[in-house]
Amino acid sequence: MSEQLNYLKESASQTAGPYVHIGLAPGAAGFDIYKQELGWDIAGPNAKGERIRVEGRVIDGMGAPIKDVLLEVWQANAEGHHAHPEGGGPVEDGFRGWGRVITDFETGEWGFDTVKPGKTRGRNVGTQAPHLNFWIVARGINIGLNTRMYFDDEVEANAKDPVLNLIEWEHRRATLVAKRSERDGVLVYRFDITLQGEDETVFFDV
Amino acid sequence: MTTPGEFYQRDRSVHPPALTPNYKTSVARSPRYSLISLQNSVSEITGPVFGHNDIDAGDNDLLTNYAKAGESPIGERIILHGRVLDENVKPVPNTLVEVWQANAGGRYRHKKDTYLAPIEPNFGGCGRTLTDENGYYYFRTVKPGAYPWRNMVNNWRPAHVHVSVFGSSFVQRLITQCYFEGDPLIPICPIVQTIPDPDAIEQLTAKLDLKASIPLDTIAYRFDIVLRGRRSTLFENRLEGN
Repeated sequence: MSEQLNYLKESASQTAGPYVHIGLAPGAAGFDIYKQELGWDIAGPNAKGERIRVEGRVIDGMGAPIKDVLLEVWQANAEGHHAHPEGGGPVEDGFRGWGRVITDFETGEWGFDTVKPGKTRGRNVGTQAPHLNFWIVARGINIGLNTRMYFDDEVEANAKDPVLNLIEWEHRRATLVAKRSERDGVLVYRFDITLQGEDETVFFDV
Repeated sequence: MTTPGEFYQRDRSVHPPALTPNYKTSVARSPRYSLISLQNSVSEITGPVFGHNDIDAGDNDLLTNYAKAGESPIGERIILHGRVLDENVKPVPNTLVEVWQANAGGRYRHKKDTYLAPIEPNFGGCGRTLTDENGYYYFRTVKPGAYPWRNMVNNWRPAHVHVSVFGSSFVQRLITQCYFEGDPLIPICPIVQTIPDPDAIEQLTAKLDLKASIPLDTIAYRFDIVLRGRRSTLFENRLEGN
């Protein structure tokens, strides 16, 4: 039926493979080629709001950290605006809200600096709790995985969040909530992503 | 007056499932629970915007972007070009397309690649460009070589270029691979064959495009990419729940 209506079909996804860094983060592959690599500065120098660091690992079904994973993050600024024509309002000069993050090849730890996002508008009414959108690719991942990270110090907003509330299994909501701590004066949120097992992170078909 | 609405639900029948045991690495890296279906909110409908300040004009020429002046990499010189469209057959303009690939001998410039084929000193193996106002893009490169990989002991990847595309929304984000028509390794590759739909594999297979080649210089392959499309909201769409 869709053929009769002349729609096209989306191109099929294929794994990013083990050498994804060559294309998306060549410095990590071991060479310099571009004047600037993309996605290293998420918030820019002028962003208002609380400066935070987000750290974690992606854990496979054997319980081992994935060392060749690449994550992309997409977020609103502190006022809840995305840097996009449909993003709800203006953002600070230099605020991009998009980041590209790779792991340490030895430990599988990743981390990035940004600002804590504000609440964003809901689909029709109300608001969504502050959150980061993640997209995760790696060797062995056939199609990018979408998930969200929320903040454990936003108890009230999280309790009202329409997406968290959509998750029928209440205990699984906790897999999306990063844990806050402070280290050397830096506000750090820990967000481990688990691909399988009892603590499997909630992934979305968006 | 219509306004752009949410994206069409992703047609999973053209995509590989997460768990594909013949591609062994997927076994421990595939979620087991069902994905939770989410209607698009503002954080899915939006996505990063790129411009010409982000990249350089020569980034799409892999024959020169890592070569010493006056030199070029060994291999079959090709133009890889096409359009980025959405499911509605609308071009996707000004979108970032990034590619990476092995050299003509099947070796990647990556510190984790230890294949015995040599590194090509004049080839980095990555490029990037923005589509024009009609969704058109092009790269110049060498045709990548096939190479062996550890899965079963005698698996070989068909020649392929990895392709990353953004679209205008975070839900359109896609990484795929471009294969080349006539390659006998395509039907026996465990990664290609994660895709359940033969037509979807065909759609990832670039076609020889003799008319776009430069005679006595560079041969051309055509590779069109389709991203998800979105509804036009004809009526106000009030939904339950939120």
